[in-house]
Amino acid sequence: MSLKTFSKGGVHPPENKLSAGVSIQKIPLPEVVVIPLSQHLGAPSKVLVKRGDEVKVGQLIAQSDGFISTNIHSSVSGKVLKVDLFPDSSGYRKMAVQIQVEGDTWMEDIDRSEDLVRNTVLEQADIRKKMLEAGIVGLGGATFPSHVKLMVPSGKTAEYLIINGVECEPYLTADQMLMQEHPTELAAGISLLMKGLGVEKAILGIENNKPDAIRIMKEATKDSAIEVQALKVMYPQGGEKQLVQALLKREVPSGGLPIDVGVVVFNVGTAYATYMAVMKNRPLIERVVTVSGKSLEKPSNFKVRVGTPVSYLIEQAGGLPEDTAKVINGGPMMGKALSSLDVPVVKGSSGILIIKEEEAARKEILPCIRCTRCVGVCPMGLEPYLLMTQSEKGLYERMEQEKVMDCIECGSCSYTCPSARPLLDYIRLGKAEVGKIMRSRKAV
Amino acid sequence: MNKLIVSPSPHAATRESVPSLMYGVIISLLPALGVSVYYFGIGMVIVTAVSVLSCILFEYLIQKFVMKVKTTHLDGSALLTGLLLAFCLPANLPLWMVMIGALVAVGIAKMTFGGLGNNIFNPALVGRVFLFISFPVAMTSWPQPGQWLKYTDALTGATPLGVMKEGLATKSVAEIMPELPSFLNLFLGNTMGSAGEVAAFALLIGMIYLLYKKIITWHIPISILGTVFLFTGILWLANPDRFADPLFHMLTGGLMLGAIYMATDYVTSPMSTKGMLIYGVGIGVVTVLIRVFGAYPEGVQFAILIFNGFTPLLNKYIKPKRFGKVVSNG
Repeated sequence: MSLKTFSKGGVHPPENKLSAGVSIQKIPLPEVVVIPLSQHLGAPSKVLVKRGDEVKVGQLIAQSDGFISTNIHSSVSGKVLKVDLFPDSSGYRKMAVQIQVEGDTWMEDIDRSEDLVRNTVLEQADIRKKMLEAGIVGLGGATFPSHVKLMVPSGKTAEYLIINGVECEPYLTADQMLMQEHPTELAAGISLLMKGLGVEKAILGIENNKPDAIRIMKEATKDSAIEVQALKVMYPQGGEKQLVQALLKREVPSGGLPIDVGVVVFNVGTAYATYMAVMKNRPLIERVVTVSGKSLEKPSNFKVRVGTPVSYLIEQAGGLPEDTAKVINGGPMMGKALSSLDVPVVKGSSGILIIKEEEAARKEILPCIRCTRCVGVCPMGLEPYLLMTQSEKGLYERMEQEKVMDCIECGSCSYTCPSARPLLDYIRLGKAEVGKIMRSRKAV
Repeated sequence: MNKLIVSPSPHAATRESVPSLMYGVIISLLPALGVSVYYFGIGMVIVTAVSVLSCILFEYLIQKFVMKVKTTHLDGSALLTGLLLAFCLPANLPLWMVMIGALVAVGIAKMTFGGLGNNIFNPALVGRVFLFISFPVAMTSWPQPGQWLKYTDALTGATPLGVMKEGLATKSVAEIMPELPSFLNLFLGNTMGSAGEVAAFALLIGMIYLLYKKIITWHIPISILGTVFLFTGILWLANPDRFADPLFHMLTGGLMLGAIYMATDYVTSPMSTKGMLIYGVGIGVVTVLIRVFGAYPEGVQFAILIFNGFTPLLNKYIKPKRFGKVVSNG
C-alpha cells in the first residue's frame, strides 16, 4: 500500500527523533518565571496584575485585547516581581510578567484530577468562549488564537476538521508523546473541536515514522467520527496547506486559508489543551516541550510551565554541552536560533534543539549550477533559484509576479541546495520588501 | 557561557554538494569508459588522460591568471568536462587537437561566460563541434575497435550512421544493413565511432545509476530517446526502404551519450520538468531531421547546442505549476 502524502515537492531530512518513546516528564518548578504578554498572533494581552500581587496557578493575569488576541494566565503561584520589558525568543524585549515562584497553589475551580470527563452539555458558543477564557492558541507554532479559528467567516462552510499530528520537523517528539500518552483526552479534545466548529468529520494525520502513535490513536478513536490517517514521511507535511492537500486532495488557493476549501486545521497539542480547558477548566499554562540534540546527555520530553527559562530546561536535560554553537527554539528546519538562553518557554515553543559546532557551520556558498533541486522540492511550486536572483537584484515587482508571497518558508530549498546557497534568506528579504509594496499600494 | 550563533532557518543541510554530484556523474561514466578502453585500448587512455588533464589545467590557469578568482579546478566539473569531451572524440585524435578541444571547451564555452553555472552551451559539446568543423578529416576517421596498442596509426573506418547516409544515396536500407555490425555489436559497442559513445549498454547502466542516485531525473533522456524512437519509427513504417528502423537509430551515433550525459548537463538544460520535456522532444526531433534529411550523418551534437540556446527562453516562459492555482472544493 502506498501511503498518502502531498503531491508537490518536499524533502526527507534525517529524522533524528532522539527523544521518541521517552515519556513526558514533569520537571520541578523553576524559581522565577517570565510570562510574556504576547505569546500569540495578534494584539498583546492587557495586563491585570502589578508588582507585589500574589497570584495562583491558573489565575488570569492578562486579558484578551482585541478580536485576534487571547487571555494569559499565571503558570505558577507566587508574587509578581515586575511587569516590564524582557527579551523573548525573538531577541527583542517585550512586555512580560515576572513571577517569583512560591509553592504550587492552584485556583480552586480547576479540576486537577486525572479522571476522564467526556460528556459535555456545552454548546458550540460555550466551547469557543471557554477556549478564549483559557487562552488557547495554536500549539503547532503559529500560535493563532484558536477560538477565532472556530468562527467560520460568513459565506464559507467548514466540512472537515483536520488534526495535525504530523510532526514533520526532525528531532521534535512532543506531539508524538502526547498522542501516545494521552490518546483518550486527545480524542475527547478533537470531539470538542468538532462540536465547536460544527463539523461531522475529523481526520487526524500522523506520519508513518510514529507507528505507536498511529496504533494508539486508532484504538482511542475507533468508535468515533475521527479517522486516523497514516502519512508517508515527507517534510513539510505539517504545513497546513500541504496537510490538507495530502489528506483531502484539495488545494488551498494562493493567498487563501484552509477554510476556503472547507477545512480547519488544529495541532494535536491544541486539541489536548482544548480538552483541558473545556472539560477540566484548566487554562493553557503548560505544554510538552522536546529538548533534544545529538550532543545532549538526555534528550527529553518535558511538561513545562509557560514562562520557564530555556536555560532551566536545558539543565534538566543534562546541561548545555561544551561544544554547543546554536540553540534553536523549534525544529531544525523552521526553528529560530536563540541569542540568549534566558528567554522563557511560551505557548508556541514545541522544542529546544541544541546544535553542535560542526553541525552549525554553513558551507561555503558556490555558484548556482541549475541542478533544479530547489524547484523540485518547493512544496508551493515556486522557483527559489529565480527568486533569490531577483531578490539580490532588488526586482521586487517581479518577485511578486512569481508568487513569492506563497512561500511558506519551509526551508526545503536551502536545505537541498548542493551549492549551499542561502535561498530562503534572500527570499525572506524579498518577501518583506514585497509585503511593504503591497501595503503601500493598499494605503493609496 | 558560550557565544551562540544566530542565523535564519533552516539549520540543517543536505550532504550533497557540487563535487559530490560531479563525481557521481563521473562514477556513472566508468562502465562506458571501461568498454571504450576495451575496444580502443591505448588510444582511448591517451585521449582521455590528455583531455581531462588539459581541462583541469586550463581551468586552473584561467581562474588563477586571467580571471584572478579562487580556483575551483578540483570541484569535479572540469574533470567531467574533460571526460565527456574525450568520450565524443575519435580515440585516434592527435594530442594537440585534443588540447585545442579542451581549451575551447573550458576557456571559451565555460570561462568566458563566468565559469561554472553561467555558461549557455555545453562546454564539452562546444569543444567537440569546434574540432569537428576545424579538423573535419581527423574528426571523422574512426579507429576500428580491437587495436589495443595503436593510437594515431590505427586502421580507420566509417561509423554505421556514415555508412547508412552514404549508402542511401544509391541503395536501399535492406542492401546496406549487411555491411553494418549486428545490433548486438552495436549494443555492446563493437563498432566505429567516438570513443565513449559506442557502448549503448554501458551508457544505459550509467543512466540507471544516475536515476537511482537521483542525480538526474528521467525527463530529458527519456523524452529525447522516446522522440527519436517514435519519429524514426514513423518514417520507417512509412517507407522501410528509405529509412532505417528505430532500433538502428537508438543504438548508433552519439544519441545515448548525448541524451544521457550531454543534454542533462544541469547548467545548460531547463529548470522546470515541463521545460525539460519540451527541450528533450525538440532535441529528438532536430536530431532525426539532421540524421535523415541533413548533410551530416549525425545530428545530436547540433540539436543539443541549439536547444541549449533555447533554455533561457524555456526557463522564462515555462513555469512549474504553482500550488493553489486550482481551486477544487469538494
